[in-house]
Amino acid sequence: MNFRIAKEIKLSLTASLALVVSALPFNSAAQSSIDEDQITFVKLTAEQYRNSIRDIFGESIQISGDAASSGVRVAGLMSVGGRRLTLSTSEVESYEVLALDIASQVLSPSRRKTLIPCRPQDENAIDNACASEFISTVGLHLFRRPLSEDEIENYNAMARAATDSLGGFYVGLQAALVGMMVSPDFLFRIERSVSNPEAPGTRRLDAWSRASRLSFFLWDTTPNPALLEAAQSGDLLFEDGLNQQVENMIASPRIEDGLRAFFADMLAFDRFDTLDIDTTLYPKFTKNVEDDAREQTLRTISDHLLNQEADYRDLFDSRKTFLTPALAALYGVPIPIRQEMGGRVPWVPYEYQEDHIRIGLLGQATFLSLFSHPGASSPTLRGKAVREHLLCQTIPPPPGDVDFSLVRDNDNPEFRTVRDRLTEHRDNPTCAGCHMLMDPIGLALEVFDASGVYRTLENGAPIDTSGEWLGQEYNDVRELAIMLKEDPTLTSCLVQRAYNYGTAREPTRAEVQWLNTTHSQLRNEGVYWRELMQRISRNPDFYTVSVEASEGN
Amino acid sequence: MISKNRKFNRRSLLRGAIHGSAVVMGLPILQSFLNDNGTAFADGTELPPCFGSWFFGLGLTPGRWEPEVIGSNYELPEHIAALQPIREKLNIFSGLQVFLDGKVNQNHISGAQGQMTGIVTKSAADYDESFDAIIDKQFGANVRFRTLEVACDGNASSGWTARGKNGKTPCQISPLELYRRIYGEGFIDPNQAEFTPDPEVMVRHSVLSAVTEQRQKLMTTVSSDDRSRLDEYFTSLRDVEQKLAFELERPAPLPACSIPLIGDEEIGTMVAQVQNTHKQFVTLLSHALACGQTRIFHVTLGNAFSTLRLPGEPSAYHALTHEEPIDPELGYQPKCKIIGEQCMGFFVELLQAMDSIQEGEGTLLDRSVVYAFTDHGEARLHSMKSLPVFTAGSAGGRLTQVFMFLQKVMLQHELVSLSKKL
Repeated sequence: MNFRIAKEIKLSLTASLALVVSALPFNSAAQSSIDEDQITFVKLTAEQYRNSIRDIFGESIQISGDAASSGVRVAGLMSVGGRRLTLSTSEVESYEVLALDIASQVLSPSRRKTLIPCRPQDENAIDNACASEFISTVGLHLFRRPLSEDEIENYNAMARAATDSLGGFYVGLQAALVGMMVSPDFLFRIERSVSNPEAPGTRRLDAWSRASRLSFFLWDTTPNPALLEAAQSGDLLFEDGLNQQVENMIASPRIEDGLRAFFADMLAFDRFDTLDIDTTLYPKFTKNVEDDAREQTLRTISDHLLNQEADYRDLFDSRKTFLTPALAALYGVPIPIRQEMGGRVPWVPYEYQEDHIRIGLLGQATFLSLFSHPGASSPTLRGKAVREHLLCQTIPPPPGDVDFSLVRDNDNPEFRTVRDRLTEHRDNPTCAGCHMLMDPIGLALEVFDASGVYRTLENGAPIDTSGEWLGQEYNDVRELAIMLKEDPTLTSCLVQRAYNYGTAREPTRAEVQWLNTTHSQLRNEGVYWRELMQRISRNPDFYTVSVEASEGN
Repeated sequence: MISKNRKFNRRSLLRGAIHGSAVVMGLPILQSFLNDNGTAFADGTELPPCFGSWFFGLGLTPGRWEPEVIGSNYELPEHIAALQPIREKLNIFSGLQVFLDGKVNQNHISGAQGQMTGIVTKSAADYDESFDAIIDKQFGANVRFRTLEVACDGNASSGWTARGKNGKTPCQISPLELYRRIYGEGFIDPNQAEFTPDPEVMVRHSVLSAVTEQRQKLMTTVSSDDRSRLDEYFTSLRDVEQKLAFELERPAPLPACSIPLIGDEEIGTMVAQVQNTHKQFVTLLSHALACGQTRIFHVTLGNAFSTLRLPGEPSAYHALTHEEPIDPELGYQPKCKIIGEQCMGFFVELLQAMDSIQEGEGTLLDRSVVYAFTDHGEARLHSMKSLPVFTAGSAGGRLTQVFMFLQKVMLQHELVSLSKKL
């Protein structure tokens, strides 16, 4: 899909503007009340920026680098944090440079035929009609809504000024395009809400904002032509129209993009940006292995939930995964190497033997390395990660005035394994409360070092992976995984995180009730990804902006 | 509000104290900027003061860095002996404390937050405007880059500066990228004879001006919570617009300006890698100051939970502070002490880089103030007391307390009392 979608949609500009006038009253009072329309916004992620450019202008557009950005994790998700963030000067500076580069590619002679919907009468002068057509067509996709007449004229004025200064119609269009690409309407997902007649005291997203929320939630990108058309016609505001779009989107292969983006957020893949496993201590953990590990996890989840249409819980004791030769070497398993034409090594589907210790997501190098120290595994970090990222629980920060030195005292013959050292630590009543929650989970994973390599000894002493989960004893990570997948907290966390990811905020009280009910039903019927996406996307509250939520941003 | 309308004064910096959550830092630096003589640098006859903040995590070994003598006749203890080459331009402060005001001590965050923003918040996500942003408002827009922020550990989130309550400012992590940003397209050597405004830059500038004009429309429909976020975005946009405007004017000659050379970069958390990255950054930043490209910078060696590592050492610096036993004979954690001393060495490299740039009778460091701060007094215990603080430079003589060791324990009620008098 590319910019041609603008032609396919065949939106009547007049009709669009009529809708805009009714949906986007730009001149409402500064102090909004429940009866007035209001906007809120979420910062576009780097991936959403890339996906949007790809879908609007085509895959051949090169995007040279991302803006330096720092996120904040709120309620367990970077996406929720995105509602708290703005753009720093350096980010805007980077986006302006990026926009210049992209605009020059879009307006290059070789792409004009496909990406510009009209031809100017004179390539050396401004052509207002053609410029307006370009601006309104591109603007619809960049801003995810039609532009008002004033906006079209403003960007047209940019084009005219640039044409006057530099000469050339396309140089003028380039300036207008840069203007649109640094506008908050593109760099943020702007959500406009209007008073909700069905639930007094609440607001609901207008049709265009519904399209955006749905698209970024399910596909991690800008709305496609069908969705924009449904927004333009108003169908998205009604149950039938909404359900039809949801069904189509969930059936599309592009649902994988949304799934990958969600799990990358939920599983804290941002930690990859600063992952620094020491290759002098763990020589197998090369940059290639790191990249492969990341892909292995997403590929495994995607295949399990979408291709196999399996239950989310089974991800934790599944023996099926995908490997590359580098990962197979790290894991110590043989795989057939298939060399495709061009020398690219393909991913190989792999199934561990029945009694293999490495099962499920917790046995993958992604989880094991992301929650380790650079030079040592960390049962505490791993246990904390399971609690916080998979079970949505919160571990309080450690208190001050605690002596941790025993944890790393490898020279003491009494404390050769980290279990010995942490046991001493847990005997300290100040520490015990939290460490009892974290360490047993992490100790079951101690057979995997910081890089994910399997081991049975630590400092010459056998590693004991036994523990207790909710009153039940386990001997190793395989038994723990089975207990974990039976824990309702695991699935309620997924449901909650998925919902919050879509709304980019924490749920209201009414939504919590809906989440609890939905979770109970899914636990009985099966926690299937497409079903979960469908239920969330069809829930009218998903598009409601309550006063509580709005004020709680 | 667009920042140019804000005035910088003692009261605004100490708003945290007014709100009852006080910290003691800032006062020495304030003295350099808060007098009314600051207009002197605006008339072009005097080079303007510059400000830099420099963060090193995990403090210093307690009881081993404080000089024994208060005043100017002190000797540098072994732990901070690396500072000797710059001793004559250095202030050392001890006894400083960050007060939590009933909030939970968010280990490795609250201490630095309190110093940079004047307030400790319940959640790290509530990080608010840092005081260098307030200084930036006072300095104004007549530079190409309002501020430059860098992190030496490869983590863009490691910094401690923020323009408002809408997220910390991301840091640049690559010296090569910073080099391109400063000295690449758009850089005009202030000493070159020829100057012709670039018409393409004019167009870019007018495009951003036109986008900035959308502000009023959007602000009328945004919720109150989001208004400051949107405002901050438009301020950022205005900064880039002003950067382009700067590039359209012939800069005043600056004889000390030269374009530095930098070598290959290898970003990582090993101490040697951090040192190399830091060295490249301070070279670029000091030349950027001398070339009038910026007046405010922030350098962080690493993030709140310092990931610096010694060769062959499985634990990073943060883990070491908690796990390394105190040597019973030495009375301290040997590896932690080594890394702390190396950090002091890095600090000296920054100061020497600035002091090596001669500007008339003084140096770049002389017309600047660099403020070095950390997150904890004794990191092993997450202590909020006895945080080491250093300042260097005199902001062109504006800093009244210069080049001595000061020991001053200020309590919260003293600060509140002081702030009320302002």
